[in-house]
Amino acid sequence: MAGGTDALVHLRAGRSDTNVIVDIKKIPELMETKFDPLTGLTLGAAVPCHQIYENTAVQSAFPGLIDSTSLIGGIQIQGRASVGGNLCNAAPSADAIPILIAYEVTCLIAGPEGRRKVAVEDFCTRPGKNILEEDEILVSLHFPPPEKNSGANYLRFIPRNEMDIAVVGVGVKVVIKNDTFKSARVALASVAPTPLFVREAGAILTGQPVSDASINKAAQIAKAAAKPITDMRGTTEYRKHLCEVLTRRSLQTAIARARGDQS
Amino acid sequence: MPSKTRVVTTINGEETEFLCEPRQSLLECLRDVLGLTGTKEGCNDGNCGACTVMLDGRIVTSCLVLGVEAQGSQITTVEGIAAGQELDPLQQAFLEGAALQCGICTPGFLVAAKALLGREPNPSEERIRFWLANNLCRCTGYDKIIRSIQKVAADRQGANT
Repeated sequence: MAGGTDALVHLRAGRSDTNVIVDIKKIPELMETKFDPLTGLTLGAAVPCHQIYENTAVQSAFPGLIDSTSLIGGIQIQGRASVGGNLCNAAPSADAIPILIAYEVTCLIAGPEGRRKVAVEDFCTRPGKNILEEDEILVSLHFPPPEKNSGANYLRFIPRNEMDIAVVGVGVKVVIKNDTFKSARVALASVAPTPLFVREAGAILTGQPVSDASINKAAQIAKAAAKPITDMRGTTEYRKHLCEVLTRRSLQTAIARARGDQS
Repeated sequence: MPSKTRVVTTINGEETEFLCEPRQSLLECLRDVLGLTGTKEGCNDGNCGACTVMLDGRIVTSCLVLGVEAQGSQITTVEGIAAGQELDPLQQAFLEGAALQCGICTPGFLVAAKALLGREPNPSEERIRFWLANNLCRCTGYDKIIRSIQKVAADRQGANT
C-alpha cells in the first residue's frame, strides 16, 4: 500500500480479499523523485502527489504531470495518493495515466525473478486490473528527458470544479520544430475499459505544420478511437464529442507550452 | 483478535502512545482508543473531510490512514489548535460568523483552514475554495466558512502593517 486512498476504501467496501497489507512507503527507492535533465525523471511508485507538484524541477520539466497531480482528489488526498497507486488501481478514469502514456513512461516492476520493464500503455489490462503478478510490485516510473521545444497537458472534463471523476480526460505531448510537429502522443481517460493510447492521433501530426487543420484531424481520430460506455456521468455520444473538443484544446495548450520553451 | 501494535506519536505537542489493531484507521485510534472525539467521522472513505488532521505538516483524511502508519509522526487534531483556554482566531471567527450549524464538518474545516493560513497568509477566495474542496458541509452553504477564514487572514494582514 502506498497512499491507501483507493486500497483502504476497497478493503472496507469488501471489494478486496487482501489479508496482508505492506506499507511500501518505508522502501526508500519507492519514495524517491530523481530528476536529471540528461537521463529524465525516475519517480518512485509511492511518491505522493504533493511532493510531485511542489518539486520545482518537475514543475518546469513535466508540466503535464503537474496538471494531473494537482487535480486528483482534494488537498488531503494529494497529501497521500501516489501516481504509482493511481496507475496500479487501473481505473479507466484515472487522471494520472493518460499523461504517463503521453510522456512515454516506462514502468519498473520487481518480483522474485528480478526486475522487468513495461511501457505504461501496456500496464492496465481491464477495469481495476493490471499486468502485475501477485508477487510483483511497481517500483518506479521512468520519464524520458524532456526534449527541446516539447510541451504537454492533461485536461479533464467534469461537471463541477473539483473532486469528481473524469467524464473524459485527455493527456497529450507534442514536440515542435520550425512550426512543424516533430512528434505527438495522445491518450484518453474514461472512454474504454483501460486508459487508451491513441497512437494514430499523434502519428498523423508527425511532419505536419502546426495548424487548426492538423489539430482538428488529430482530434477527429481521438474521437473515432474512443469507445465509451453510457453511464450516469455521460452518454457515449457526449463522451465522444468531449474527446474531440478536449483533444483539440489540450493540443493547443501543449503547443503553447512547447513554444514557451523556445523563447 | 489480531495482536495489537504499539504506536508512539506526538499528538497536539504531547508524546502519546497507544495500542491499535493493524486495520484500525487513525480516525478510529484518535476517537475510540485515545478519546479525542473532536475529530469527526463523516463518510469514512475520504470524500467529506470531517476527519481531517495534520499529519507531519500535511492535512490528511484520518479515515484513510492506518493507525500503525502514525508511528513516529506529528499529529495535530482540532483539540490542538486552540492556545490553552484561548480559542484560535479561526475558531473565534467561525463562532462570530456563524460558520457552523450542526458542527460535524467544523473540526475538519478548522484544521484544513489553519493549515492553509499557515502556508499562505493571504489566500484569494478562489484559493480558499479549492483548498477546502475536500471538506463538505451540508448546512451552511460554505459562504460563511469562507468569509470567516478571509476575516482571519485580513485581521492578520492588518495586524502586520
